[in-house]
Amino acid sequence: MQYTLGQTQLDNIEDVLQADIMDLGVTCVVLIDMSGNIIANLDTGDIQHDIYSLAALAAGNFGAVSAMAKIIGEEEFSLLFHKGTKENIHFSKVMDDFLLVTIFGKGVSLGFLRMKVSEAIAKIEKTLKE
Amino acid sequence: MAFVNLKKKQIQVKIVYYGPGRGGKTTNLEYIYSRFSERIKTEMVTIKTHGDRTLFFDFLPFDIGKIKGYDVKIQLYTVPGQVKYNATRRLVLRGVDGIVFVADSMAVRKEKNILSLKNLEENLSAYKKKLNQVPLVLQYNKRDLAEQGIPLLSHETLEQSLNADLKAAAFDASALTGKNVVATMKKIIALTMVSLEKQLS
Repeated sequence: MQYTLGQTQLDNIEDVLQADIMDLGVTCVVLIDMSGNIIANLDTGDIQHDIYSLAALAAGNFGAVSAMAKIIGEEEFSLLFHKGTKENIHFSKVMDDFLLVTIFGKGVSLGFLRMKVSEAIAKIEKTLKE
Repeated sequence: MAFVNLKKKQIQVKIVYYGPGRGGKTTNLEYIYSRFSERIKTEMVTIKTHGDRTLFFDFLPFDIGKIKGYDVKIQLYTVPGQVKYNATRRLVLRGVDGIVFVADSMAVRKEKNILSLKNLEENLSAYKKKLNQVPLVLQYNKRDLAEQGIPLLSHETLEQSLNADLKAAAFDASALTGKNVVATMKKIIALTMVSLEKQLS
């Protein structure tokens, strides 16, 4: 897969991530491609996560889960959620080649986050198709 | 394909170490990590089984500084070498920019090297790529075993069985002692950057 994203597209994506996801009170949001590259990332500024490793693992994890889905006759699981004691991770697919990874704490409700993530994805897809 | 971020002036490049099981791919990354630990700010990620074999992949991000004003982030990956983990190998190859094929120099592993190279070609074809179009460096690993009297394939035999058609750059190396590990990495980074420059211009 080859793709090019211009400055305006990247700006638009970051604006959407800020307004729709970061403003909910999440810790960190990262848009990656399925090869494990980081396209855009925003965080609260007070965390020190190694997001490059996180992106590589998230892409690998998503691939592994897709293989599991095929075994049980599903085409894929388009979203994943990992629950921790303080932080949680939510993964959602964006078109065929991208993945939106959100890290959030106790203060954010999963239901509301899922709703906002799907709204943000619709906007990001529009930008990516431009 | 590498990801070029025009906004942050950053390039993310994916280099995959491929080869038969127990050939020394992870050892290559471990050597690089120990040698350049002051420049690599993060921990090396490895997902291993109890028997210390790579299950999923190893991952090592590596900043090499600026090229033409762009911050270049090299991401080194290994694949699990065992035959049964082919799905994972294919997954890791997605979006690959450069490949190091780590061959095992032990005489008993001659067939395993050839099969692994063939497997690499098949997996690349899933992404519509051909081996001779991807930047490639061969590394004939475990040369240090000669001192212990273990029969090794000669450089010429390895060249003939693996590199006769490819004619890629090849290094005799020992991942354990570090011999030519850095040379292999420098070569693949150089080849990959040249190839990216061609694709982007």
